[in-house]
Formats: sequence, C-alpha cells, structure tokens
Amino acid sequence: MLPAIIVLSVLAIIFGLLLGFAAIRFKVEGDPLVDKIDAQLPQTQCGQCSYPGCRPYAEAIAKGEADINQCPPGGETTIMALADLLDRDPKPLNPENGVIKEKTVAVIDETRCIGCTLCIQACPVDAILGAAKHMHTVIASECTGCDLCVEPCPVDCIDMVPVGQDILTWKWPYPDNPLEKAS
Amino acid sequence: MSQGAGTTRRLWKFHGGVHPPLHKDISTTLPVRAARLPDRLVLPLHQHIGEPAEPIVGKGEKILKGQMLARPQGYVSAPVHAPTSGTVTDIGNHPVPHPSGLSAPCLVIEPDGEERWIDHQAVEDYTALPPSELRNLIREAGIVGLGGAGFPAYIKYNPGHQKVIQTLILNGVECEPYITCDDMLMREAPQDILGGLRVIQHALQARECLIAIEDNKPQAIASLQQATAGCDDIEVVPVPTVYPQGSEKQLIKVLTGKEVPADGLALNIGVVCANVGTAAAVHRAINRGEPLISRYVTITGGAVAAPRNLDVLLGTPMNALIGECDGDPARIARLIMGGPMMGFALHRHDLPVIKTTNCILAATASDLPPPRPELPCIRCGACADACPVNLLPQQLYWYSKHRNLDRAQEYDLFDCIECGCCSYVCPSHIPLVQYFRYAKGDIWTQEREKEKSDIARRRHEFRQFRIEREKAERKARRARKKADGAQSERERKKAEIQAAIARTQARRQAAMKEAEKRRKAHGRGRQKAMDESPRAPDNAPEKEPRK
Amino acid sequence: MNTLPPSSPHTLAAASVTRTMLQVILALIPGLAVYIWFFGWGISINIAFAVTVAVAAEAVMLSLRKRPVLPYISDCSAIVTAILLAFAIPPLAPWWITFTGVLFAIVVAKHLYGGLGYNPFNPAMVGYVMLLISFPREMTSWTPTVNFLPHELGFMEHAIFIFTGQLPAGLAIDAFTEASPLDTLKTNLGLGNTVSEIKAQLGLDEATSRLLSVIPIFGVFGGKGWEWVNVGFLAGGLWLIYKKIIGWQIPVAMLGALGTMSLLFFLFDPAQYASPVFHLFSGATMLAAFFIATDPVTAATSPSGRLVYGAGIGVLMYIIRAWGGYPDSVAFAVLLMNMAVPIIDHYFKPRVFGRNGD
Repeated sequence: MLPAIIVLSVLAIIFGLLLGFAAIRFKVEGDPLVDKIDAQLPQTQCGQCSYPGCRPYAEAIAKGEADINQCPPGGETTIMALADLLDRDPKPLNPENGVIKEKTVAVIDETRCIGCTLCIQACPVDAILGAAKHMHTVIASECTGCDLCVEPCPVDCIDMVPVGQDILTWKWPYPDNPLEKAS
Repeated sequence: MSQGAGTTRRLWKFHGGVHPPLHKDISTTLPVRAARLPDRLVLPLHQHIGEPAEPIVGKGEKILKGQMLARPQGYVSAPVHAPTSGTVTDIGNHPVPHPSGLSAPCLVIEPDGEERWIDHQAVEDYTALPPSELRNLIREAGIVGLGGAGFPAYIKYNPGHQKVIQTLILNGVECEPYITCDDMLMREAPQDILGGLRVIQHALQARECLIAIEDNKPQAIASLQQATAGCDDIEVVPVPTVYPQGSEKQLIKVLTGKEVPADGLALNIGVVCANVGTAAAVHRAINRGEPLISRYVTITGGAVAAPRNLDVLLGTPMNALIGECDGDPARIARLIMGGPMMGFALHRHDLPVIKTTNCILAATASDLPPPRPELPCIRCGACADACPVNLLPQQLYWYSKHRNLDRAQEYDLFDCIECGCCSYVCPSHIPLVQYFRYAKGDIWTQEREKEKSDIARRRHEFRQFRIEREKAERKARRARKKADGAQSERERKKAEIQAAIARTQARRQAAMKEAEKRRKAHGRGRQKAMDESPRAPDNAPEKEPRK
Repeated sequence: MNTLPPSSPHTLAAASVTRTMLQVILALIPGLAVYIWFFGWGISINIAFAVTVAVAAEAVMLSLRKRPVLPYISDCSAIVTAILLAFAIPPLAPWWITFTGVLFAIVVAKHLYGGLGYNPFNPAMVGYVMLLISFPREMTSWTPTVNFLPHELGFMEHAIFIFTGQLPAGLAIDAFTEASPLDTLKTNLGLGNTVSEIKAQLGLDEATSRLLSVIPIFGVFGGKGWEWVNVGFLAGGLWLIYKKIIGWQIPVAMLGALGTMSLLFFLFDPAQYASPVFHLFSGATMLAAFFIATDPVTAATSPSGRLVYGAGIGVLMYIIRAWGGYPDSVAFAVLLMNMAVPIIDHYFKPRVFGRNGD
C-alpha cells in the first residue's frame, strides 16, 4: 500500500513539474487575441456593448471584463465565432445590450437638413459628407447602421432604413424540413 | 444512329451522371416560328453574369430595333439592345426571372409595331479583322452564353497572351430534360451555327473544331454533318446521352480526356467551349450586323397543349408565349425557367424572357410532383456515385446542414456545379443542392460582411487618428500663440502649409479608398453555379490604396 | 419570401429509403428459407417477434423524441435491424433474449444516438454483443441441423418452447442444442486436435454419423447446414449488388481479406487452421459481408474508404475467429471498424474532378 502511494505521489509531482515547465517554456508571447477578437466583431462602432467601439470591447473581452454576448449587430454569428475562438459556451445575446435588428443604413432627408454637422461629428466611420450650413448626405456603402447619428440631429431628419435585398445579395435560404420542425 | 466520321473518335467518360426521363420529343414535332410581338417588352439590365448594364436612353425616348439601350459597365458585362422599335415607357424596378422572386432594374418598351431597324451592317470580311476587334464586335452585340449561364461571350474568346487554342468545342449536347431549343436550332439553322463557328474559330485561331451532340438527337447530327461536309477541321461528334454532359468541364473531359483544373478555366488546357446558340448569335452579329435581341425558347410541359420552340424577342412575357402554345395557366403547378434538373421555379407567369431563357417548362403536378419530405441521410453514397465532379455530397450535406462552413469548403463545396444529380438519386429526398446553395450563399455573405467590417474598422481607426491629430494641432497652435514672439512669421506659415498638405493627403487617401470600395461593390455578380470566373480572387481582402 | 418555390432539381428518381430497406429484406429471403430448411421454424418465430418489438420500440422512441412517427417508422429500417439481430440469435433462444436485444439495439444503439443516420454503431451488432456478453450460455446454444434432432419440432412446438421454455413431453433441451461449428472447431483445436482429426470425427456422412451417433458439424465445404445458409445469403447479396442497393466494395473487400488471411494460415499449417472455404461459408460470414457490414449509416462512405473498411472487418474477423475468445467474430469486427469510420472517411476521399488528389 505505502509503496503505491509513494510511487503515485512521485509521479504526480514529476508530471506537475513537467506541466509547469511546459507552461513557461512554450508560452505564447504577445497579445494577438485582441486582434483576433476584434476581427470577429462587426465594426459598427455603435457602442451598444457599453464600450466606446469595437476594439475597446475586444480588449475588454480579452481581459475577461466583458462577456461575449454583448454585441447586437453581430448577433448569433458573432457570438458563435467568439465562443469558438475563446473556447467558451455560446450564450444568447444579453438583452441589456439591445436586440438583434435588421441591418439598416442611415438616410438623411435632404430637404430638412440644416447643415449643423452634428451627425458628421457623431459618425464613427466618417460616412457622412457635408459642411457647415450645407446639406449633408450619407455614403450608404460606408454606413454601418450604428444609429449614432440619429440622436444628435436637432431636426430629426435622419432615418434608419432597412437594407433591402437585391438579386445580387440574395442567397438561397436554409432548406426547411417539415419533419424536423415538429420536434 | 451515329453514322459517318464521328464514330472513329475516342471518347472518355466522366464520373457519375444520371439518366432522367427526357421528354424531349413532345416539343420537336412543330417547326420553330417567330413568336408574336407582345404589347410590352421588359428588358432587365442584368441578364448575364457580371455587372448590370447602364441605361443610355431616357424614359419616353423613341427607339429603333437593334439600338443599344444600355451599355456594359466594366469588363464582365454586356449591353442590352432594343428587340423592336417603339418607345421606352419606363426605367425602373420590375420583377425579373430569378429564384428570389425579387425585382431588378429594367427598361420597359412599348413596341410601335413597325419593326424599324437601326442602321446596321455586316462585317464584310471578318478574316481581315484582328481577333481583338472581332471580340469587341461580339461584346457590342450583347452576346452572352446562351446555354444557360449567361457569361459574356467575348471574354471566353480571348485566349490571352501566348495561349494556343487547340480545340474549339461547340456544345450541342443539351442534356437537360425537356429542353430542345438547341436541337431545333441545329436542325433548322445549321448554316448559322457554322457561320458563327468560323467567326469564333478565327477570333481564337483554333486549330480544330468539334461539334458535340448527344446521340438522342439524330436529326441534329445529320443536319450538322451535312452542313459541315467537306470541312476537314470540323468534326461532328455524337456522344452517348448522359446528364450532365452539357456542363462544359464534363464535356471537355468526354471529348479530350483532359480535366479542366478545378480552379482554372478551359482556356488553361487550350480548349474553348461555346454553345451552338451562342455561335448562331455570333453569326448574326458579325455576318448580318444584328445584335442579340431574340433567341430560341422551348415552351413545353404538361400544361401546354402544343409544346414547341419559338423564336422569341427578349423581354417578351412568358405568359404570352404559354398562351401562344395553347397553355392552360390553371394547370401549371410549377413554372420553371430552364430544365427540371437545373432550372428555377418562377413566382409568377408574366416574367420576361431574358438572354438565358432556354426553356419555359409549364409543368403540371404530375410532371413534377411536389417535393417529398426530407428524411435522415443514411449515407448510402448514391449521391457520391452520381456526382459528376466526384465530390462526397453526403459529407458536404452533413457540414452544410450543421453550418460547419469551413469543413464544407474542405470538402470542395465550391467545386459543386449544382447539377442536381445528387438530389435526384437521394433515397431520403434531401434537397442537397439547396443545402449547398445555402452554404455557398452564407460563405459569400460572410465574406462580404467581413470585407465591409474591415473597411469600417479602417475608417474608424483613421477617424480616431484624425481627431487625435486635430487635437494635437489645436494644442500646438495654442502653444504657438503663447510663444508667438519667439517664432518668426515665416516659420509659422510654413508649418501651416505643411498641415494643409497633410490634410489634403488624408482627404485624398479617403477618397481613393472610397473609389476602390465603389469599384468593388459592383463586382459581385456571381450567383450562378456554372460561372466561369474563378471564385476566390475577387473576395481577397481589400488592399490599402497605393499612392 | 415564405412561399419560395423549391430549389432544383425539380424531378427525383424513384429511390426511397423504404424501397431500399424492403429490397434488403427481400434479399434476405433465400438465406432465411435455407435456414428454416436446416434449422427449423425457430428463426421465423424469432424474426416475427423481433420485428414486432422493434417496430413498437421505434414508435415509442419517435414519439418520446417528439418526431412524427409515421414518416420515420415507414422507412422500415427498424425491421431490417430486427431481422438481422434475429439471425444472430440461436433459433431456440428464449423470447426475452430477443426482446432485450432488440430493445437495446433500437433504444440505445439507434435512438439515443439520434435515430437513423446518426448512429455510429450498427444497432443489430450492438444488440448482439450486449446479449453475447450478458447471456453467453443462451447465446451459444445453437441447434444442429433438424435431421439430427431426436424429434423434429413443429412450428407450434418451437413457439411454445421459445415463449414458455416447455418442450414436448419426454424431451430434454440438451438434445436440441450444441455449439456452432466455428465454436466446436475452436474448442477442439484448443484441446490439441488437428483440423483433419476434428473433421474425421465430426464431418462424417450422414449414415456413418448416425451409426456412431455423432452429430456432424462439418458439411461439404463449411459448417454443416451453415454452408447452404451462407450460399443463400450470397445469392441475396449478389442480387443487391446487381440492383445497386449496395456497392460491391465492402463485400468484396471483406470476403477478400477474410479469404486471404485464412488462405495464408491454411497454407502455413493446415492442421491448425481451417480452410478459406470453411471460413467463407461458416457462421455469419455472408450475412455480414452483404447485409451487416454494408449498413451504410455505420460504414465508411467513399468507395475507397469502403474497401478499407471492408478489408478491416475481414482481417479482424479472422483474427478473432482464430485467436480470440469468441467463436464468431462478425459483431466485434464490425463494431471495431465502425469506430474507425471517421478516420477512414477523413483519409479516403475520392479525387475531385480537376484536382490532383490533395
């Protein structure tokens, strides 16, 4: 009995040391994790995650301060990708951060715009063109649909319009199986 | 049935394939005639693979038959011409034949019934023209592949530098059930096909020409053999019937034994393939000066009493054609553009005929029963046995179903040609092709979104950089004001100029980024399976604009 | 677009899972007929009972899993599993053997893994192995051919015995059971006898063996009676290949591997190792080759992978038969190769058109 305990203890110690050594010796240097997390985020820079942009949120996730389910624009895809990347269990979107909405772009009603430049200052990706006292317009292809320009507008002339599908972006839907739906 | 010269040629086989019932006889009994001129023609601006055409006429403008109405945008694109004379009554979104059932930009024409042609003339001696000029004429005539994919034809006729085209193949295989428009064209207009063949051969400087026809079309074989009698460099090759032999890469394998590399083009192995209908269109464009404004369309299926082929002006509504063939709209359970293996079901009956409409299949419920419910895959491998690309559809299905898109790509998802053989033979009635289409679409969407988010990230980072810089500049200015005396006027001015230069440069950089983005945003017209263009390159992440 | 029309292809061939399964059942009939001819009605009662239990278990499991019962149960796969398992159970085994085995196969091996198409292990073989390990005595008490029984049991007598354990008056169960030919061979080889000695003792023609009151276990080229059952399965299996219900790869590879292995050892030492023909036509060889190993769900999926998979089963079968602890080895060989399927599938992919097999 005693020899067995001794042998096992010695083995445990040896393997423990080996593991400890390996952890130090083969440690991955640098912090590519933030970049990797950032790459999974949709870059809307909308701040719904309660961080001032996608990169700060990525840093918070990397530090373990933020959870992976705080990004409504990324939705399920982003949560799955992050869960996969960080080897965590996927979880549903945190409702405190918002709900998953259809993708939208901002459209400025150019007849009502007074050219105050407030929306230009709010836009995180410089997707609004215009100068003081001149009508502004949104570059639709650059707009991330973050909603941040809606709030500052004093005349309420910005609408978030859903991005329609056209025959170039349309894709075949997931086949629907009436038998499996029953479950 | 194949007699004559064709019998000596060695033929190869491709893996898999199926033999669905063909139902071709029903639409070959009546001769082809021109369809009636409808009251209204709707011409989608995007009838081909690539970028949509851009209208060059205005609403209300009077137009002549054959006049170019929309010009190509970019390299992979094709113009649209007026099928008849009349007035442009609308330019805007209208329903188009597309699996989505969505609308797309179209030109609407009200014919005046006079059929007045615009000035046009044949090329007197195309052999005197350099190939590049011939290609340009083909492009100007709006010719795209009429076999179904609709790839702009002129691009295929460009062998590029130092490429020698050994073989030009005319594809008269027409392996899809029900469709007979190529068959009828070969029977009735072999001289047009031959004329086009000679033009394409000249453009490519191809050494030998093969005309491949499945052996279930003896009349077409005889007709072309007669037309090409005495032409040493042209051979009519009857090939044994098997679906999907009409697919370009499979046909090339059958005729030459060579496999087109999965990521490559037929050009890479010195072969060019063209549909017989496309050849006839080339003939009309070069030898008569007429752009592509009409095509042969098979109107068939159990819901039409007199199935036949019609010579149809592009833009003609399909219900008019069905009516012309004594069709009963009430009996149509599924209206399909193309054949039952690869065609797509339409949401409504009044959609216009476009350049890629080879067949309108008005099928009753007994022709094409509704899909049966999908049962679990038993991995029997019937799909793998039938796959002409030698994929493992059962594995692709597994990964597509469970949205494991990376693994699906490892199993060469993008080599799938969506021919439908796997779904056809599946004992569990799994809509395999739809799973693969879904998976491909999802991958493309993800790539698109990734690209978009990369741009947004760069723009955001640039904005932060700009704000920082402006802050620093303001600070510096304030500091300078405080210590104004210490600094000479000249130096301050210089610094201001420097700052202005920096600002302009930043602006220019942003503008270039935008221009590039714009350019990219258009180059995404790849939804067709048998698309010729290699799939990956245009998804490569956007590069920083160079100065 | 909720009314999106279906994707192409719009036409389907007549194939269906139900049809496939029914054809498999049809192909089992010659083997079954020969089986009944040689070993009596017991098998038919076992099959009928097993099928009933399997269908009931399937229905219960489907409704527990909240699946529509009718579309799934009508695929007939549970019936095939039940028949195959019944073939693996001795014809005079008591009813609860069949009952437990079938239940285990359907409930645990099939539905707990996700139902048809998701089970990694062949349900019939899982059921059989469970029985063999749990009830070795019942599972190894086979019957000799009927003409060597003291009394030829009728259909009802079989049924009464299976369900109540009662034999007709004056008969003892020992007279009706013996070890299977493969088992006998193994035991006798273990006792130091050579194959030819065993054959000389137990492979006599009918008249002599009656005279010596020895039950012959060797037939003309395989186990007595079993050789013809195997021929029956072979015939059914060839028909399945002809009808393209199964591919040729697994049977050919499996029989080829088993034949090659046994031939090598037979040539090396005919006294210690039975001939290839004996191996190919004894026990469940042909049933395994055409009906068990070819279960598509649990087999490797690419043609080349199937060759490897079949060959693996053949080699394992021979190893277990020759040196293992169990007389027949189909179930263990099949289950072991089931485990290897993911790795086979990973390494044996066909060369895709236009690619260089990378």
